[in-house]
Amino acid sequence: MSWKKHPAVSCYSEKVYLEEKAMNVVIMGCGRVGAQLASIMDSEGHKVTVLDINGHSFRRLPPDFSGTALLGDGTDQEDLRKADIEQADAFVAVTEGDNRNVMAAQIARHIFNIPKVICRIYDPLRKGVYESLGIEAISPTTVFAQLLKDRLLAE
Amino acid sequence: MYIVIIGGGSVGYYLCQSLLKEGHEVLILDKDASKCERFGDELGSVCIRGDGCEVSTLADAGVNRADVFIATTNEDEDNLVSCQMAKHKFNVPRTIARVNNPKNEEIFKKLGIDCTIGVTNLILKHIQEELPSHPLTHLLTMAEEGAEIVEIKVEKNAIAAGKAVKDLKLPKDSVLALLIRNGEKPKVPTDNTVIHLDDRFIALTSMENEEKLRKALVG
Repeated sequence: MSWKKHPAVSCYSEKVYLEEKAMNVVIMGCGRVGAQLASIMDSEGHKVTVLDINGHSFRRLPPDFSGTALLGDGTDQEDLRKADIEQADAFVAVTEGDNRNVMAAQIARHIFNIPKVICRIYDPLRKGVYESLGIEAISPTTVFAQLLKDRLLAE
Repeated sequence: MYIVIIGGGSVGYYLCQSLLKEGHEVLILDKDASKCERFGDELGSVCIRGDGCEVSTLADAGVNRADVFIATTNEDEDNLVSCQMAKHKFNVPRTIARVNNPKNEEIFKKLGIDCTIGVTNLILKHIQEELPSHPLTHLLTMAEEGAEIVEIKVEKNAIAAGKAVKDLKLPKDSVLALLIRNGEKPKVPTDNTVIHLDDRFIALTSMENEEKLRKALVG
């Protein structure tokens, strides 16, 4: 019988358990999605850095946010270095612009060799091209249309 | 050749004009209706209104049969993405991108753009060379080979004035190829050639040693 480590039964305290699995993530774009993702990841004990070119966007972060909010451009290598991207496990690009997201994601992937990179691309066709180039992307357009369809047809 | 240009700004406009003159088939894509209208009035039906990053627009423009694809907007991310779409979705053999932020030039190359034009650096270089105190002019830059041909003027206070070529501390990979002196025929300088004020040299150098070469002659 194998013994499975579970936070509830292990001898580790919950916080240590979290720290062991904690991820260092850089998020580009502090809009609604970026801010919410940052807030969730932060509250679960991960190390979060949020980048935005507009300081006003950081108002969306909750008051108890313990991560880093950094004024900077995620398509600029120097700003990414300031966000400590070289130490990051993951990079997420969720600004309003598909092209900015895709450019930043490629910089993170191919220049900084970040193992996990995800970006938002509204345009489903563009998303298809970049996925074939090895960039993990989500198209809210497709996801939301599918959700709506499912709801419409639900009994 | 069939050439597709993204961006109907002044670069796109004059590029289109000169390529048409050379007899090429040219198509411009721009999001702005008023720009498209201006193209229609002045250059004929060469402009389609649309987003040059969108697959359907590029398909309408027949990008799949384009020989060259040139992105000239002032947004680097748009230029990058449209060139990548042309390359990977439509297999265009040659993509050329205008790069506005000098930091992006290397990134574009790494991400597969065939040719990048760093406009900011180009303008900077030309302005610097027009400054009266600037003794070095770039004549030819071979970026891929890392070599260049430059012209250097020996002006007042230059440390090379009055010295023989062999006494200069020229860096490795740099050669003074030609000496141009007022009233004389250009000649290849030898080790014993003594340098005069107002002499001009055409020199070959590696890019990394350009600054050392300038220092060896000018100080």
